[in-house]
Amino acid sequence: MSVMKRVSLIFRAKANKALDRMEDPRETLDYSYQQQVEMLTRVRRGVADVATSRKRVELQMNSLQKEVTRRENQARDALGKGREDLARAALQNKAGLQGQLNDLQGQYAQLQDQEEKLTLASQRLQAKVDAFRTKKETIKATYTAAEAQTRINEAFTGISEEMGDIGLAIQRAEDKTAQMQARAGAIDELLASGALEDHVGGQQDQIQAELDAIGAGSDIDSELAQMKGELSANAPRQIEANANGESGATEATGTQAAERPQAGDGS
Amino acid sequence: MIVRILGEGQFRVDDDVAAKLTVLDTDLDSAVASENEEEFRAALGAAERLVRESGTRVPDEEFVTADYILPFSDATVAEVRKLLADGVIPGDSIGLP
Repeated sequence: MSVMKRVSLIFRAKANKALDRMEDPRETLDYSYQQQVEMLTRVRRGVADVATSRKRVELQMNSLQKEVTRRENQARDALGKGREDLARAALQNKAGLQGQLNDLQGQYAQLQDQEEKLTLASQRLQAKVDAFRTKKETIKATYTAAEAQTRINEAFTGISEEMGDIGLAIQRAEDKTAQMQARAGAIDELLASGALEDHVGGQQDQIQAELDAIGAGSDIDSELAQMKGELSANAPRQIEANANGESGATEATGTQAAERPQAGDGS
Repeated sequence: MIVRILGEGQFRVDDDVAAKLTVLDTDLDSAVASENEEEFRAALGAAERLVRESGTRVPDEEFVTADYILPFSDATVAEVRKLLADGVIPGDSIGLP
């Protein structure tokens, strides 16, 4: 049998089972209405949950993006210092992080989609529940219990299908959110522990440590050069006139001081 | 004929559209049976486009049951197989005294 038909039969079976159990149809209308209102609350909570989840993924995407940028800067820094090996390691690291980020972006889109659909579903249910309330009052006011039966059955089966639809939609959204939260929790932990680097197979700490070491090394080198410059500038000053020697020292210091920020850049 | 797209509500379609849907339903059925995700997506997409474009929305005040129910537009074969196998819809207690 066809898929579309089989699904519709499942929904009908559910409504019929409910109808079979009804004793006083008119009271059941009120009870059913209460349940619909509860369903509305559930679907709205579902929308809020998906939104919370989406925002969390958004924050994680921002954190990952920052890490990606940091690795890129490290690579540039390392290349500037002639360390292609470090630059390569930083870029490998970046690729791993970028993969995580792309993955999160896909999930973000899915959550956004779920949120949108669930919002529409909640609006649809609200309209349907309002219409049901009107119908319920009309049935109760206009018909005797016997006459009302058919109309109640119609209204009941109609709303039952709608409720089943929304029920499935909420369940899907909950499943998606639960999956996402498990992943988000894992990524949060990784980001917090700084273990994300290891996780993606890189060695961020070592890269940074080596870059820092190069930075510190060049600082020392340039300080040494500066001192040497001062010394050699001072030597002729003792022999020659004071004015000449001082201007030479200023020049030398100025040149070497200008090199320092370059050497220590990014460290 | 009344067709529901899960997550989107009910539509009323005429006999021509219903006939086309019946053909697409055969494709859906074989895709679900053979667990062919690609065929399933194609058939589901075509069926839902047809309903959205050629059908008219059933007004909120009207309480009718659908003759055909199409899965969620982003449903997977596994999800549909599960629904068909279990025959259970969440919220089964709703409306029951």
